[in-house]
Amino acid sequence: MNQKQESLLSPYRALDLTDERGFLCGRILGDFGVDVIKIEPPGGDPSRRISPFYHDIPDPEESLYWFAYNANKRGITLNIETADGQEIFKRLVKTADFVIDSFPPGYMDEVGLGYTALSEINPQIIMTSITPFGQTGPWRDYKGSDIALWALSSYMYVEGDADRAPVWFGYPQSYLHAGLEAAVGTLVAFHHRQLTGEGQWVDVSAQQALIVVNLQNQQYWNLARFNPKRAGPCVHRSGVKWAYQRRIWRCKDGFVCFILMAGETGAPGNEALTEWMDSEGLAPECMKQMNWSAFDIRAEGITVEDYEQIAKALTTFFSRHTKAELYEEAVRRRIVLYPCSTIEDLRNDAHLRARDFWAQVGHLELNDSLIYPRPCMVLSETPCKIRRRAPLIGEHNEEIYEELGLSREELVLLKQGGII
Amino acid sequence: MRKALENVRITDFTWVVAGPLCVRYLADFGARVIHVETGTRLDPIRYTPPYKDDIPGTNRSGYFHNYNSNKYGITLNLRHAKALELAKKLILWADIVAENFNPGVMKRLGLSYEEIREIKSDIIMISLGSKGQTGPHAHLPAFGAHLAAVSGFTAITGWPDRDPPVIFGAYTDSIAGRFGAATLLAALDYRRRTGKGQYIDLSQSEAGIEFLIPPLLDYDVNRRVLERNGNRHPSAAPHGAYRCKGEDRWCAVAVFTDEEWKAMRRVMGSPPWAEDDKFATLLGRKTNEEELDNLIEQWTINYSAEEVMNRLQQAGVSAGVVETAEDLHSDPQLKYRHHFWVLEHQEIGESTYDSMGSQLSKTPAELYKAAHTLGEDNYYVYTQILGLSDEEFVELLEEGVFD
Repeated sequence: MNQKQESLLSPYRALDLTDERGFLCGRILGDFGVDVIKIEPPGGDPSRRISPFYHDIPDPEESLYWFAYNANKRGITLNIETADGQEIFKRLVKTADFVIDSFPPGYMDEVGLGYTALSEINPQIIMTSITPFGQTGPWRDYKGSDIALWALSSYMYVEGDADRAPVWFGYPQSYLHAGLEAAVGTLVAFHHRQLTGEGQWVDVSAQQALIVVNLQNQQYWNLARFNPKRAGPCVHRSGVKWAYQRRIWRCKDGFVCFILMAGETGAPGNEALTEWMDSEGLAPECMKQMNWSAFDIRAEGITVEDYEQIAKALTTFFSRHTKAELYEEAVRRRIVLYPCSTIEDLRNDAHLRARDFWAQVGHLELNDSLIYPRPCMVLSETPCKIRRRAPLIGEHNEEIYEELGLSREELVLLKQGGII
Repeated sequence: MRKALENVRITDFTWVVAGPLCVRYLADFGARVIHVETGTRLDPIRYTPPYKDDIPGTNRSGYFHNYNSNKYGITLNLRHAKALELAKKLILWADIVAENFNPGVMKRLGLSYEEIREIKSDIIMISLGSKGQTGPHAHLPAFGAHLAAVSGFTAITGWPDRDPPVIFGAYTDSIAGRFGAATLLAALDYRRRTGKGQYIDLSQSEAGIEFLIPPLLDYDVNRRVLERNGNRHPSAAPHGAYRCKGEDRWCAVAVFTDEEWKAMRRVMGSPPWAEDDKFATLLGRKTNEEELDNLIEQWTINYSAEEVMNRLQQAGVSAGVVETAEDLHSDPQLKYRHHFWVLEHQEIGESTYDSMGSQLSKTPAELYKAAHTLGEDNYYVYTQILGLSDEEFVELLEEGVFD
């Protein structure tokens, strides 16, 4: 078997016109072995200005955001707003299986490169367009910042403290969900094409992709006419005797997540925790007497006084230990307790290290190598790995345009014309 | 109309969220799925709220429903001596086997990848374990909130002067489920080309961490540890959720450029405070962000969240109503996009299901079957798909094989 056959999708090519709203789709295809060509406007994609930067130097070649989600892609520059650029793009489309874009609805049609035009050149092409709200509907032209999309997905309303504004996640996530969603949609269309030879247009809405993250939320209204609300470190839900149940607890050096779970799911861990607390003299009588298999936080079987006593004892117990102590002992005793890991904790996590989660990727021009998470899918036949770091601006112009049959003279001309 | 995945067959041993979502995605686009459960140990989300009319019951959880549409649902007690034979038939029928039990469970049931491959050599099998199949912490069970915590999301979310909030629901599951679906589709094409199946070990936690690569690189290179900072964004101001008219109503607003700020000023009716030079530049707005937030809220409080959103958006400023579960059902964009489907469930009647986020122009998703009640499709699957006679079916039923 030759090298090329060893990855999942190595015979295929994608043209990736996205900015940060669509990077992840191409990155995933690249992880699967697709030859992904990232196409930027001459001078580089504006999303190269997204922080953080290598050693905090705000240089378009040193955006860590760019690095993160453009690995496993080659890169060319091409101005698709010029007639020459459009012709070259069309030539590339003939060689490609996928086109991914994240322009506002209508833009690709305006430059003559919409799905209809591309499918005439290559009927097998799959075009995937990622936008905040999709290609249709009253909001199709609205702007979708991460926080606005969180809000409109209903995820924001349930996060944060009851006495303050709802909060977003501490790091932009919307367009990663959209990019992931796009990768799945693209490959569904690809499966169909492999059977029928027919390409199609995949219209991805970031808002809808985000709602998929929280599929139970709308069901609260649908079935029980209840709106879950934010309750800080506690959970607020219907059908629970104690409407607020704490899940995030302060410990010596941070926070841990522990849920007093009911029935056979919770019993072994609750018993083991009681025993551990008791060994430090901190288990109240009601915990020791509890029949945990019959325990049900939602129904009878525990009094408010007992619950409060347990919560108080847990608070004291956790505050005496560090995240690491609690996690290590929880694994040993099989208590379902996890640390609220910081970014630093992730890098030191023994489990991730044991799974070879960290990959060193060379950045020769920085005279450095950086540590990336490897692709998350671990496959027995066709391992996915980071084969190349994100491209520099126009890094593969020569090799790709020469493959396309452009002469060196033409390349010089196109460069002078601001086309590449 | 032809469905994109109509020739794909999946035997689905998954439960909770990550596995069922992975499979549901493919089922939406036409894959045929047999979801295998047992009444002897129910899927935990069958007894997780919300329930129809708040009344708990095996078949009443909307949480379970929304992850299990378009699937045939059967029961099979894999601990019964006669069950393995049927499980083998289910594997022979399938292209894909999916599971997300705790590591080791499939092996104890006689259904590890090695054993399944013996039954069908080109099978594609995926395990969506909480932290993967190997490693020192692999065997500790975990639910959504735990995995969001250990994967880094909890510590970076919330107010710096408060405890971090619980991350609602099953956050990393939703990421892993879709990574799983994408990987399965890619593996199907590889099998088509080479005739080879394979095994996929997908850790929910690792899938989640893929959404935090830039802060991880930032730590690696700059030794910066991202910390929770409310609704602040490093390169936008104003940026946050602002209180609007009504009870607990909010609108999120994000202003990145000076042009957007000018547009917002106009929408607010150019109040004198907003003309102050200290707010004219991004740097100025970041420096005086707390004051700016208070002033903006004095404007937003006079209008409904929908009005604030639409007026700002029409002027080119990104804004969005902080929607509740109820709001989703009247969201005009979702309505236009036919996001919700109404399906008739055997026990609770008509109920609403979500679409995924991709609309395909030639092979759109179609939701045609509500989530199954426990064992709803036993008779059909065992007799019509696996070919048992009525007598055999009744005999196995009486022996408790379908418990």
